[in-house]
Amino acid sequence: MIPAAFEYYRPTDMEGVIALLQEHGDDARVIAGGHSLIPMMKLRMAEVPHLIDLQAIEGLSGITVADGTISIGAMTTQHDIINSASLAAAAPIMKEAALQIADPQVRYMGTVGGNVANGDPGNDMPGLMQCLNAKFHLTGPDGDRAVDARDFYEAAYMTEREGEEVLTAVSFAAPVGGYAYEKQKRKIGDYATAAAAVQISKADGKVAAASIAMTNLSDTPVWSQTAGAALVGADCGEAAVKAAVTAMLSDIDPTEDNRGPVAFKRHAAGIVLGRAIARAWSRA
Amino acid sequence: MKDEITREERVAGLKGMGCSRKRVEDARFTQGKGNYVDDIKLPGMLHGDFVRSPYAHARVKSINIDAAMALPGVVAVLTAKDLEPLNLHWMPTLAGDKQMVLADGKVLFQGQEVAFVVASDRYIAADAVELVEVDYEELEVLVDPFKSLESDVVLREDLDPKAPGAHGPRKHHNHIFTWEVGEEVATNQVIDNAEVVAESEMYYHRTHPCPLETCGSVASMDKVNGKLTVYGTFQAPHVVRTVASLLSGIEEHNIRVVSPDIGGGFGNKVGVYPGYICSIVASIVTGVPVKWVEDRMENLMSTAFARDYWMKGKISATKEGKITGLHCHVTADHGAFDACADPTKFPAGFMNICTGSYDIPVAYLGVDGVYTNKAPGGVSYRCSFRVTEAVYFIERMIEVLAIELNMDAAELRRINFIRKEQFPYTAALGWEYDSGDYHTAWDKVLKAVDYDGLRVEQAERVQAFKRGETRKLMGIGLSFFTEIVGAGPVKNCDILGMGMFDSCEIRIHPTGSAVARLGTISQGQGHATTFAQILATEIGLSAESITIEEGDTDTAPYGLGTYGSRSTPVAGAAAAMAGRKIRAKAQMIAAYLLEVHDNDVEFDVDRFVVKGAPERFKTMKEIAYAAYNQAIPGLEPGLEAVSYYDPPNMTYPFGAYVCVMDIDVDTGVPEIRRFYALDDCGTRINPMVIEGQIHGGLTEALAVALGQEIAYDDMGNVKTGTLMDFFLPTAWEVPNYETDFTVTPSPHHPIGAKGVGESPHVGGVPCFSNAVQDAFRPFGNRHTNMPHDHWRIWQTANDLGLHG
Ligand SMILES: Cc1cc2nc3c(=O)[nH]c(=O)nc-3n(C[C@H](O)[C@H](O)[C@H](O)COP(=O)(O)OP(=O)(O)OC[C@H]3O[C@@H](n4cnc5c(N)ncnc54)[C@H](O)[C@@H]3O)c2cc1C
Repeated sequence: MIPAAFEYYRPTDMEGVIALLQEHGDDARVIAGGHSLIPMMKLRMAEVPHLIDLQAIEGLSGITVADGTISIGAMTTQHDIINSASLAAAAPIMKEAALQIADPQVRYMGTVGGNVANGDPGNDMPGLMQCLNAKFHLTGPDGDRAVDARDFYEAAYMTEREGEEVLTAVSFAAPVGGYAYEKQKRKIGDYATAAAAVQISKADGKVAAASIAMTNLSDTPVWSQTAGAALVGADCGEAAVKAAVTAMLSDIDPTEDNRGPVAFKRHAAGIVLGRAIARAWSRA
Repeated sequence: MKDEITREERVAGLKGMGCSRKRVEDARFTQGKGNYVDDIKLPGMLHGDFVRSPYAHARVKSINIDAAMALPGVVAVLTAKDLEPLNLHWMPTLAGDKQMVLADGKVLFQGQEVAFVVASDRYIAADAVELVEVDYEELEVLVDPFKSLESDVVLREDLDPKAPGAHGPRKHHNHIFTWEVGEEVATNQVIDNAEVVAESEMYYHRTHPCPLETCGSVASMDKVNGKLTVYGTFQAPHVVRTVASLLSGIEEHNIRVVSPDIGGGFGNKVGVYPGYICSIVASIVTGVPVKWVEDRMENLMSTAFARDYWMKGKISATKEGKITGLHCHVTADHGAFDACADPTKFPAGFMNICTGSYDIPVAYLGVDGVYTNKAPGGVSYRCSFRVTEAVYFIERMIEVLAIELNMDAAELRRINFIRKEQFPYTAALGWEYDSGDYHTAWDKVLKAVDYDGLRVEQAERVQAFKRGETRKLMGIGLSFFTEIVGAGPVKNCDILGMGMFDSCEIRIHPTGSAVARLGTISQGQGHATTFAQILATEIGLSAESITIEEGDTDTAPYGLGTYGSRSTPVAGAAAAMAGRKIRAKAQMIAAYLLEVHDNDVEFDVDRFVVKGAPERFKTMKEIAYAAYNQAIPGLEPGLEAVSYYDPPNMTYPFGAYVCVMDIDVDTGVPEIRRFYALDDCGTRINPMVIEGQIHGGLTEALAVALGQEIAYDDMGNVKTGTLMDFFLPTAWEVPNYETDFTVTPSPHHPIGAKGVGESPHVGGVPCFSNAVQDAFRPFGNRHTNMPHDHWRIWQTANDLGLHG
């Protein structure tokens, strides 16, 4: 649990960050809250000869809600999310989810940017961002671009982000309707056995739109278009929920680990999703 | 002289036995001012780190240290070859076996110590570990003890397969010992002819004590005066000194072993580990102090696991539920080396307490120890030697018998409890239980939780479940345990030949304060608080004026250390006895000062008074002063005493626990609604400290029952090597415990105290487990193995067809 030697940099502007990334290539990485990266470095599973701290860069944190769009700076912590009144009003699912991430100590440090950029299938924010159809804003040597959260994840720890790009913010339209973030875990501070992010809007007693994503049940988050579609037009009764769960179960691909065998995970995923849908519907 | 304060005030002022005196240790611990091994920094100190085996079984073909040695700051890289000339490449274990200090030709478990790197700084040491090149040839891995007993693969090539081991003949090259207690033929006869027989097989999984502070040591060899000082996480510092002397050839007076503050032990710090030896050798070689502190993964992978018992039981009874016989066989997975920490004559510890709290006429226990490719250990994690295994076994057998009899499990226990008037009671497997009043405790608890009401609620829940109105089942976990602690009588208890007495030495200072030193060592139990309370009551000086010191072998009298709840039963008794010696001398001084005969004064709280004339007295403070400033005919100056206490018997704390749990059959998530714990530890020294011990022990019981596990895959890889997967509960997972007590003093202990640090763990594990299993009893469950983590609970529900 002793990391290998590394150079530490603390640039004060983004140009400095990108220059360092360009100079050192694969040997360089940015560090945000460090609560995913430092454990990996201590286990020597990640070797980072050049570590570039983002803490001194101005303008990378903060939450804005304007014109129905929510923008969250990459360096905004999970603690900030929990304590933002404007965010709680505009997208209450963010707070509900953030409260289920790790524990207060981790949440003081862990950032939204780190959580979504990390690419760990266990992280909660990626699935949540897919549910909300968020955009990830990247900046790099070739300028700025935005990538849909739903297109961002390729495999465990593999994302659309180029090595020399930095994620600056996430943004999404303020969701409408009911919401729920439901997570089963073994203990406080644990990653999900199964977690579901659900947003449902209602019109005339029926589901008008639904977006559903799940976490830690594949090597990427799983946003299931068919699961959401299965609810649309229905009254969210037993049959519709069952159809949504069935659709989701055909999109996930869990593996056996200490949290349990595949059969259990699939069962738990169905239960967790069913509960999330029920809670979201009750709030729609 | 007129006395201004009342007798009650004088008693209260002592802060003696029975009061909830605040822990004197906490001021430093809560401010981060503790002094643990890793806080020790000596001038010029070097740092050690291990190269460890990635394989569970492999031949070590070569070790190349050149690249590591070339790294600036690396001072030495030790391998077995370097230790061999000192005859330290192997070391004796507490169980009479031997263990490699550094891999000698092969490795036998993942994480085994292969080479020891010594460098000027901790980071360089870690870098150098990566540069040591080890060439391994993988060998077939045996992680299953049953397969190991049938395999041609010889794990321990160093042992002559035909020669007996430390505990008698061996049946197979991977077999360690067979230990048998009781009457097998008679037991089988009773069981074969019984009206009712219940059988069960259960696996008590491998787990780990996982103290917050990992193991470590700082060794400092002073080549000028020839003195070796070793600071370390030692639950038994004196034994470490003796072992270090025998192994190194350094005379014992030239070795000083110090256990500083210890951040939890729970059995993990009883044994002697390669890291200790390597830090000592490295300091001898380099002439400067060498520190070694393991990290969390090393702690979980290599130092002292607990449990790993495959138990098979048969219990017989009459139709009315009176138990007639008990048969138990254990296949004990000891890993690569037999390093169990048990008294020498007990290779399976006190597993033969497995008749529990019940009056069972005939019983048999057989235990076979087996080598596998897993880490060595087999320590008593928050229990006396293997008592958690024994109590889990019997408390599960009772439940299974209740199912067989179609009887209420609380009633079955009541029918079979050893009755109050039967104490002292000699159990079928040999132990003499000192005292107990089980029925009173049981009835008190069942009434407190409204047991009958709970059963009604549970039955209603089952009906609601069957009607599809709920997906949650309700479990009522019962357990009644008898611990066996305070090892122990020197006649049958020793560790490496050292009798398991303990000791206390007291010096009263002229101004009436005192220092007392004991052979034990606190790891969080609060000895500095409670031992001072025992002495305060015995000698009449305030606990606030008594300093307790432990853990420095240069100053403390010889003792066998702290584990197996032995501190109060043994060292606490020594304290009381030493206190009484002080009092005896004080009586003579008081009589002299009061100008009466010795027999004409009597002790009263904090003073000696002239019998029949209480206004004539000398306080202990006055007596202490007189001991140093008066020439008293026939008496030596000073006021000191020492006592080495050899207990006449073990003590047998007991308790009754009930857990109420709701279980979500779909997710496998258990929710503890209520936990009620009644403990009888005899005389209660400090109720607040007792409560703290009970909360801690129950929490570790919850951990073990509901998920805490050292799991291996088929290749012998540890799957649960970090706290992400090794379950350590937090305040969030822990229920609100309700505690209660009865007091049945030990008849043979000077103050009647029995020990309490481990009881809640011993009784707690079966209680949590029984709650889970009881929830499924109405659907046909007989037994499912721990740990009851979410997926295994779900699996139970699934196997019973509860998922439709
Ligand atoms: C005990 C514990 C429990 C946890 N439990 C959970 C949990 O239940 N759910 C959960 O979601 N998370 C959990 N986490 C992870 C935690 O939320 C992390 O903090 C988070 O995943 C990463 O955020 P960070 O700011 O710490 O990122 P870092 O650790 O600093 O970085 C993570 C990775 O992202 C990269 N990165 C960071 N920021 C950027 C950026 N702006 N642009 C490009 N790349 C970037 C880094 O280079 C690194 O590769 C847990 C962590 C711990 C220690």
